[in-house]
Amino acid sequence: MLPAIEIRNLGKQYMLTNAPPYVALRDVISESVKNIFSKKKNPGNSFWALQDITLAIEPGERIGIIGRNGAGKSTLLKIISRITPPTTGEVIIRGRVGSLLEVGTGFHPELTGRENIYLNGSILGLKKTVIARQLDAIIDFSGVEIFIDTPLKHYSSGMQLRLAFSVAAHLEPEILLIDEVLAVGDMEFQKKCLGKMQEVSQQHGRTILFVSHNLKAINDICDKAVLLNNGKMMIYDTVEKVINTYITSLDTGTNERELISATSKNIYFSRINSFDTNRKNKYVFSSGETVGIAITVQNNDWSGAFTIGFGLNSFSKGRILISHKECRVMQTKLSKEFVVWLPTEDLTPNSYSVDISLLDGRKETIDLVTDALGFEIALANTKFEGLGYDYGIISKELTWQSTE
Amino acid sequence: MEKLTTRIQPPLHFSLGLRELWHYRELFYFFSWRDIKVKYKQTYLGIVWALLQPLGMMMIFTLLFSKSVKIPSGPIPHYPVFVLSGVIVWNLFNSSVSHAAESMIQNANIIKKIYFPRLIIPCSSVLVAFFDFLMAFLIFITLCVGYQQTILWNAILFFPAGILLSLLSAFGLGTFLSALNVKYRDFRYTVPFLLQVLFFASQVIYPLPFIQQSWLKNILAFNPLNGAIELFRAPLTNTVDMNIVIASLGSCVLLTILGLFYFRKTEAYFADIA
Repeated sequence: MLPAIEIRNLGKQYMLTNAPPYVALRDVISESVKNIFSKKKNPGNSFWALQDITLAIEPGERIGIIGRNGAGKSTLLKIISRITPPTTGEVIIRGRVGSLLEVGTGFHPELTGRENIYLNGSILGLKKTVIARQLDAIIDFSGVEIFIDTPLKHYSSGMQLRLAFSVAAHLEPEILLIDEVLAVGDMEFQKKCLGKMQEVSQQHGRTILFVSHNLKAINDICDKAVLLNNGKMMIYDTVEKVINTYITSLDTGTNERELISATSKNIYFSRINSFDTNRKNKYVFSSGETVGIAITVQNNDWSGAFTIGFGLNSFSKGRILISHKECRVMQTKLSKEFVVWLPTEDLTPNSYSVDISLLDGRKETIDLVTDALGFEIALANTKFEGLGYDYGIISKELTWQSTE
Repeated sequence: MEKLTTRIQPPLHFSLGLRELWHYRELFYFFSWRDIKVKYKQTYLGIVWALLQPLGMMMIFTLLFSKSVKIPSGPIPHYPVFVLSGVIVWNLFNSSVSHAAESMIQNANIIKKIYFPRLIIPCSSVLVAFFDFLMAFLIFITLCVGYQQTILWNAILFFPAGILLSLLSAFGLGTFLSALNVKYRDFRYTVPFLLQVLFFASQVIYPLPFIQQSWLKNILAFNPLNGAIELFRAPLTNTVDMNIVIASLGSCVLLTILGLFYFRKTEAYFADIA
């Protein structure tokens, strides 16, 4: 049987400009006028978001795509779903594709829930007759029956999401492409959707391509996974192997990382590093040791106060805690280091990752780096040695009582 | 069962992709349906709005140009009938072009998340404008009855011909502008100006023979709106200047080719720059 998705030498190149992604005609004109006089051509930088990806996915396989921010995961998905064309290579797809790069694409606040089901469904490629046939099932699954003929603007965001997921869960393509969409919404409903998708893929042999930061979800849904790094494919193997490779790759060498994804912004994170209380660079800590994480903020041109958000995640179990630091106005053209100290007595031996975010005065996100840093708390010499594999997240002594 | 095979490659060849467009016809319907529905849901006046605007324009023009400046209305005896016939054809063109030009930017969030032939978006803007036109057309017919204006039997041919010419030119210009708008974000500010120039270059408020200079008349003939209005008024005037129609048709075809070609050429990268 021919592969469902065949990717050959796929590459995508983006031109890097300092300007915003779109151009203004006045700039083009003034640039070309300048160029007449200077006779100097602006060469323009380019970078490859994806390079030399070759992959064959068999029908019925469920593949997870993982990698750091900017590794090319979403670009790959965008090419396969035909939103953006590749620069080199080709993709051959055998079967109807349903792509879920966002839930509720095209939802309109003025239309009722029922009308939005039709609109969203047809944007996702469903035929009108199919939607009509599935309508009751979709409404039922969403759990918003009473409001189905109310305009969407009166829905809570949670209700909108449930409705959107319902439509998505009832798509019946042969190949399903899913981007991080499951990262939002309440946990219960997410599980319901994941369950539905799993059911669909197992019963009908659907091919699923799933991009996520949530390694737990990837582990649950997929059989195999691809690890991307800087636009290149590092490994394509079973889920366990790829996740292990990914976790260890986060911890190579010193943990210091230059963050360059947002250098065009007014203010952004430029570096992150982890060390112990003696400021010795480190990425594997013993239980109880205090972890120091240094975050460098580069201020190009930001004249307001800002807040740094810190999120600690367990690789398999999601967000553990968050912490925020309000910062006063910082001098421009300068960088500043903030250190957050994390005591680990309460954490179990595990792999952890750190998300950092930069918020403005109104708590709107300016910069966000997920999985900015990974570190590990070693198993050796802890009370957990020899107690299986799953120690949970919190290390706590409980009192036990027994009746005689 | 034979599976649908899609091959994704860097864009090399130019094609109109008509077959694909046909495949997605339902989405085209849904986009138009959404825009019409939302438009009439948001205003309490609803459909009345679509009627009030051309009527208002007719009254102002009649007051200003017929009563004060004394612009003749050609072979049509009543100036209000004359001007409304021009206004509704102009409005069809005007709202098609301005909505189509904005359409790609307005739907950028959808374009970035899902694939479908992008041409559907400006097309459905044109269809929405056509819906408004149908409303206004009813008013026009009512007005003709009121003024006892005779409409010749050949209206069956000439009305659709004029509407089609206006629609097609609007489609060509609209798709061209919509693609330009995605690429050059400041281009949108020139659209209202461009449309205003076109309005005064169209025989909406004056009959084309009213222009004295023949060189100017020759240039104006290439404005596709003049051909469209000429055709649309033919059942009322019983004359049609074929030179105007042919010149207009020429620029209409040119606009359509330009719009389609430029749009198809740039659409692959819309998601990267929108």
